[in-house]
Amino acid sequence: MTLDWHPLLLSLRVASAALVLVVVAGTLTARAMTGREFPGKDVVDGLLVLPLVLPPVVTGFLLLFLLGRNGPVGSLLERVFGVQLLFTLHAATLAAAVVSFPLMYQSAKAAFQAVDRRLEDAARTLGAGEARVFLTVTLPLAWPGLVAGTVLAFARSLGEFGATVMVAGNIPGETTTIPLAIFFAADAGEMRAAGAYALLISVVCMALVVGLNAWTRRRVPGWRRGGGRRA
Amino acid sequence: MLRLSWLPLLALTTCGSPPAHQQGPVRLTVSAAASLREALTEIEPLFEARSPGTDLRLNFGASGALRQQIEQGARVDVFVSAAERPMDELTVRGLVDSATRRVLAGNELVLVVPSAEPSPVRSFAELASPRVRRVAIGAPASVPAGEYARETLRSLGIERAVSGKTVYAQNVRQVLAYVESGNVDAGIVYRTDAAVSGRVRVVAAAPPASHRPVTYMVAVVSSTRYPREARALGAFLLGTESRSVLRRHGFRLPETAPAEP
Repeated sequence: MTLDWHPLLLSLRVASAALVLVVVAGTLTARAMTGREFPGKDVVDGLLVLPLVLPPVVTGFLLLFLLGRNGPVGSLLERVFGVQLLFTLHAATLAAAVVSFPLMYQSAKAAFQAVDRRLEDAARTLGAGEARVFLTVTLPLAWPGLVAGTVLAFARSLGEFGATVMVAGNIPGETTTIPLAIFFAADAGEMRAAGAYALLISVVCMALVVGLNAWTRRRVPGWRRGGGRRA
Repeated sequence: MLRLSWLPLLALTTCGSPPAHQQGPVRLTVSAAASLREALTEIEPLFEARSPGTDLRLNFGASGALRQQIEQGARVDVFVSAAERPMDELTVRGLVDSATRRVLAGNELVLVVPSAEPSPVRSFAELASPRVRRVAIGAPASVPAGEYARETLRSLGIERAVSGKTVYAQNVRQVLAYVESGNVDAGIVYRTDAAVSGRVRVVAAAPPASHRPVTYMVAVVSSTRYPREARALGAFLLGTESRSVLRRHGFRLPETAPAEP
């Protein structure tokens, strides 16, 4: 049996592109939400985490509504740029990004909350600007949490199905990612292909999580010692 | 060997719920092609009125996917396929009772476009045009309508030109939904599917010679716990009442009406 490798490549492309969006947006949003109080903060926080608890197919349905040719975003894109987002790899990327965003956001928020604010304040008294404080103090201290969020978000994107199947369609070689390939192969009784893809994605996801654990175990004691020094 | 592999499963599922025989109505599960949704939903109460104590559960999907579920041991009593192939595959494996196998109806393949706006598509040949960006058909491996559609595209010599922009749907009704929403420029469905939607327009019918005839088949699943009731349903589907419903929904009917049960 020759296995079509396109689904794996497409999944990796989708997950990588989604990761760029998610890491930037998740980190900045988490930073903005940490150490700040404003009315309705809980609601905003809830909305940001919503895709994690919502069934992915609901997220997909909302995206389908928004991006469809007659939807608010879809019709705008069609009129202004003449492009259609639905049934493209961009739609799959967007779906993966929305669904995996909360994992990055939550991890980053927890990491930022754990950073000792006195260290940031110390940097400020020494004349560092906010950007410099963030880049040279906050970010290095929050690093392990950010890495964990990144890996989890990537793994989640790689396996995204529920939202993706609503907006990406199923165009082999173009939008058929591994989860879609598994679903359609099983539907068609191509159990060997479905099994092979399932094994493939399981191995990749497992490797990511094991890799993360190993990295954390090696990295975190150093991080803790750093914390010990400052205590 | 296959028989051996599903027998234990059957035994397991059977001993899981033995009281179903004694108490309550007989529940017959019918796995049927997605394109039969309206017609069978209308036939259901007619049959239940004729057979008191029999309750139908209708399970719609792509015929290939339904066949797959039966192969994996899903407890289904009657299978209605939109093509001969899924039925043949189950027959070969002894999973449907070949003595109960009948032709139920026929259908026609059509090209539909969203009716909300003027469409550049007027014929199958135009699907190859670059102005047509997305075309939906059923996934040929599991959706008979998709298989027929691919045969038509191939016989028109445009399969290659269309394949890069084809969205493969999970069943024929998803094709219809994609066209209704305007998210694809055109789709290939059965004439009966087009008839249930006010939001699509039929622009062309596939030349009958361009694909194998669309043949709906019905058969009783071998593992049924209610062979008598399942056979009665099979016969009812071929009977006068059912035929008039199918005809009204636009299905073509086989020449000779079998005798009433």
